[in-house]
Amino acid sequence: MRWVAVWRRNFLVWRKLVIASVLSNLADPLILLFGLGYGLGALLPSVEGMSYIAFFAAGTLCSATMFTASFESMFSGFSRMHGQQTWDAILYAPLTIVDIVAGEIVWAASKAWLSGATILAVAAVFGLAASPIVVLALPVAFLVGLAFAACGLIMTVLAKNWDFFSFYMTLIMTPMTMISGVFFPAEQLPRPVLAVAQVLPLYHGIELVRPLVAGRWPSQIALHVAVLLAYAAAGYAIAIMYARRRFTA
Amino acid sequence: MSVLRAHGLRKRYDELDVVDGVDLDIAAGECFGLLGPNGAGKTTTLRLCLGLTYPDAGQIELLGEPVPARAREARQRVGVVPQFDNLDPDFTVAENLLVFGRYFGIARAEVAGRLSGLLEFAGLTGREDARINTLSGGMKRRLTLARALINDPQLVFMDEPTTGLDPQARHLIWERLRRLTQEGKTLILTTHFMEEAERLCHRLAIMDRGRLIAVGSPRTLIAEHIEPQVVEVHGKGFEQWMERARRLAPRVERAGDTVFVYAANAAPLLADLSERPELSYLHRPASLEDVFLKLTGRDLRD
Repeated sequence: MRWVAVWRRNFLVWRKLVIASVLSNLADPLILLFGLGYGLGALLPSVEGMSYIAFFAAGTLCSATMFTASFESMFSGFSRMHGQQTWDAILYAPLTIVDIVAGEIVWAASKAWLSGATILAVAAVFGLAASPIVVLALPVAFLVGLAFAACGLIMTVLAKNWDFFSFYMTLIMTPMTMISGVFFPAEQLPRPVLAVAQVLPLYHGIELVRPLVAGRWPSQIALHVAVLLAYAAAGYAIAIMYARRRFTA
Repeated sequence: MSVLRAHGLRKRYDELDVVDGVDLDIAAGECFGLLGPNGAGKTTTLRLCLGLTYPDAGQIELLGEPVPARAREARQRVGVVPQFDNLDPDFTVAENLLVFGRYFGIARAEVAGRLSGLLEFAGLTGREDARINTLSGGMKRRLTLARALINDPQLVFMDEPTTGLDPQARHLIWERLRRLTQEGKTLILTTHFMEEAERLCHRLAIMDRGRLIAVGSPRTLIAEHIEPQVVEVHGKGFEQWMERARRLAPRVERAGDTVFVYAANAAPLLADLSERPELSYLHRPASLEDVFLKLTGRDLRD
C-alpha cells in the first residue's frame, strides 16, 4: 500500500488548485451536454426510449471521465515524471516504480471519477435519471477512469516530449469518442466500425451507464466490466514494463 | 563495519562502459568522495549503489541488504541529494518535507516533530510556508539536504552537493556536512571540486572512464602520486625555458601558455628563475588538483 503516498501527494496538489481544476474538468462537458442536449434534443423525439439529453448525458458522463483520466495521466503525469522529476525524487525513498505507476493510475482514475460523479449529479438534479439505480454508474465511472488512466500512463512512460500525446489524442481518442455511442447509438454504425468500437473500452462504459440512466439493468454486465478491467490491468502491466525500462535501464 | 560494499560493478550504455569494474568498501562514519571529470561514471555508480539502475554485472551490499534485490529495504535508512534539485514546486518548504516523510511511511506527527530541527539545519527557520520558487539556489540545496534527512538516515548519498552555488552558500553546505559526519552519519559524495574533496572527505576515489584509478586519503593521494612542489611559469620565452626545466626537475608539463614543473626540491628551479625577469612564476605546494590532472589528463571533457 506504499502507492497511497503517491496518490496523497497528487491529492494535496489538487486540493490547493481545486477550483481551477474542477472548473476545467467540468465546464467543457457540461456546456456540451446542455448545448447539444437541448439544442439537438429539440429536433429528436427520443433515442432508445429516452430523451436525447438523457441519452447524451450517459455518453457525456463516460467521455468526460475518459478525458479527465487521460489528461491527468498523460499531461499532468508527464509533467511530474519529466518536467518536475517528481518521480525521481520519490524513487530515492523506499518506493519503487510499481508504486508510482499504481499511485498515478488510481489518482487519475479518482480525479476522473469526480468528473463523472459531478456530471451524474447534475443530470440527476435536472431530472435526467429515471431511477435510483443510476448510482451504480458511480463504480462504472471509476472503472472507466482506471482503464483510461492505465492506457494514458503507457503513453506517458513512452513519451519523449509533449507532442507525443497528440498522436494518441487525435488518432485514438477522438475517433473512439465518435464511434462508441456518445452522441448517437453505436449500433447504427456500419458493422465493421461497430466491431472496432466493441474492442475499445469507451463503448463498454457507455453500454453500462446508459441503461442505468434510463432506469434499466444493463445487459451483459460481466462482459462490459471484464473488458474495462482488462484494459486497466493490461495498461497497468504494460506501463510498469516501459516505466522500468525508462527508469532502471 | 562496512555500510556499502560493491564488487565488480559494470554498466554499459550504447557500447560505452560507463561503469567498468568498480569496487567500493565504505566504512560507517566515513565521508567518502568520488572525484572525477564530467562523464566519468560517478552518477551512474551512485544510482547503481541505490538500486535505481540495475547493473550489468557485479554485487552490491548496502547497509547489509543485497541491491537491487532488497534496495527498497536499504533505502529506508538512506538519504539522497541529487545533482539537480527536484523539490516539489507545488508545495511549500514544510509541505515538501511532510510529503517526503510520507514516502518513508513516517507518521505525520513524527515528521512534524522533526520539522523544526530540519528547518534549523537548512537555515530555513521561519520560511516553512515559503514557496519553492521564492527560494535562492543555496536555500533549495539546503532544503534538498534536509529532505534527504527526513528519515534520519545512516548513510547519505550526495551527487555534486555544491555545484552551481556561490562561495557563501558552498561554505554553509560544507559546515552542515561536517556536522552530519560529527553526528556519525556516513556520507558518500561525488564532486569535481578539489577543495571540497580535500576539506570534507576522509577518503577519496578518483574515477575516470568508468574505473577507479586511485583510492586513499587526500594526503596519501598527494604523497603517492605527485612531487610535493609545483612551480607554474609563464611569460616571454617560456618554451625555451621548458628545455632547461627538464634538466632541473623530474616532471614538466605544458598547458597552453603555462609550464607546470613538479619537483621534490624546487630550489634549483627558483634560483634559475630569479635570473629571468621576463618569466613570471608561482611556487606552491602540490594539491589534489595536481594529482587529479596527472591521473585524468588535461584534456577537456565535454
